[in-house]
Amino acid sequence: MKNEVKINEVSSATLKGRREFLKISGLVVASTGLIMMGCNDDDNPAADDKFPGVRNGKFDLGGNDLGVLSYAYALEQLEADFYTKVVNASNFTTTFNASERQVLTDLYYHEVIHREFFKTALTGALPNPSVQLLPNLAFSYGSLNFNSRNEVLATAKALEDTGVAAYNGAGKLLTNPDYLLLAGKIVSVEARHASAIRSLINPNSADFAGDDVINTTSGLDVVKNPSEVLPIAGGFITTSFTAQFLP
Amino acid sequence: MNILKFLEPFTNENLMNGKGSRRDSFNLFGHLGKNAALAAVPFGLAGLTSSNAFAADISPTPATPIGALQLALTLEYLEKEFYIMGLASGVIPTGGREEKVFMQISAHETDHVTFLIAGLGGSGSANFVAKPTFDFTVGGAFDPFNATGIGKTAAYAQFLALAQAFEDTGVRAYKGQAANLISTPDLLTAALQIHSVEARHASEVRRLRGLKGWITGNERGAGMPAATQAVYDGEQVTTQVGYNTATLFGAAAGSEAYDEPLTTAETVTIANLFIV
Repeated sequence: MKNEVKINEVSSATLKGRREFLKISGLVVASTGLIMMGCNDDDNPAADDKFPGVRNGKFDLGGNDLGVLSYAYALEQLEADFYTKVVNASNFTTTFNASERQVLTDLYYHEVIHREFFKTALTGALPNPSVQLLPNLAFSYGSLNFNSRNEVLATAKALEDTGVAAYNGAGKLLTNPDYLLLAGKIVSVEARHASAIRSLINPNSADFAGDDVINTTSGLDVVKNPSEVLPIAGGFITTSFTAQFLP
Repeated sequence: MNILKFLEPFTNENLMNGKGSRRDSFNLFGHLGKNAALAAVPFGLAGLTSSNAFAADISPTPATPIGALQLALTLEYLEKEFYIMGLASGVIPTGGREEKVFMQISAHETDHVTFLIAGLGGSGSANFVAKPTFDFTVGGAFDPFNATGIGKTAAYAQFLALAQAFEDTGVRAYKGQAANLISTPDLLTAALQIHSVEARHASEVRRLRGLKGWITGNERGAGMPAATQAVYDGEQVTTQVGYNTATLFGAAAGSEAYDEPLTTAETVTIANLFIV
């Protein structure tokens, strides 16, 4: 049963050991000067270099490119956790019809892949990942009923639209074109998701790209800064962290 | 470059009926000539080539913010005209989901054209590029507006297939231009805001065709003409910065989770199929 893949059965330890670490690290380091500059500062990761790490007793996302990617990692952790709970809910097979289950299962796959990708890529790129990698976050969905079609789809819609707006806002914060392309590869898939969820909620409509998200004069989608996104995501994230260097 | 793909006949699996003729063959050779010529000359000489035998073709835009907007504008011109013609043709079923969807998409593409022209400094600017002349029949291989009377059902199926190809191309093309905009944060952000709208469109059009909203491997999907394969080639990637995205749930899910870019040259080659 595909749907019985639990969150903790997905191994985070996808690296094949030290050699793989070095390979990935080398790939990323070769394309950016920022990381090289930080490498001689391993003992003090949360200094002025704006790498992610603990500051004033709390994990701070940091403010360089890897800080922006850590911000994306936090959002992907939330999405992955949400869909993991959706597909493992006790009444998943009766709450949703077959085509809805297909969509939600695909979203579960995609978001878990995004999460594990960021974990691996950041572990490879951070000079001192043992203290700079964003920890596994904890989540709470309050009274959300995972066996309610309406509640699950409404929450999914909010998460996907927020994800699109967040990546659209993160693009200009990145200085490395390789990371920018990576964010671009993911954001369009989030937008495809948002469209799909919106179609499930209101199929015979223009809601897939509705006037509530697409500006009716410019035709532009929503864009949000981290300081606007994190309070929204914070409604579900119970692990406390800061983003003092992100706008 | 996927020139060989364009050598494949414009047979259309279950969509086309027997309009194949010497005229189609002639046009296929015409396109082969265009693409081969474009590929054979050095980048900087493409303009020379297009100034004689194939005057209407667009050339690859420079790897600059202006170039990125110019290429984007040409693609938006194409989409805008396609949907306006589609809505006017009577091919799109009226009164239901299809009409609502394409009216919304058409409104967005029209907005994008206006927005990008303004971004280039207006139609009087030296950076402005004019709308090319489009041929959505690709020399008679398609009839998406039922202009020659293949019937509304067949025409609508072709309209949908082309809409999917245009939207999926748009997503990949904007992605390919992101690096060219990295020095101009406001333009980059605006381009990203268009990019995600194209992805929302692509997802919905694919559902109207009975497909998933995301691209699996390099599959163009059931019923898509072979000529559209260039839109999907290269989408099957399952390695992202050294991470194997197929590890957890297989290659299909791993490839679906990431959309891949098209280069400027690849985008121009696809656009030129529809430019006369």
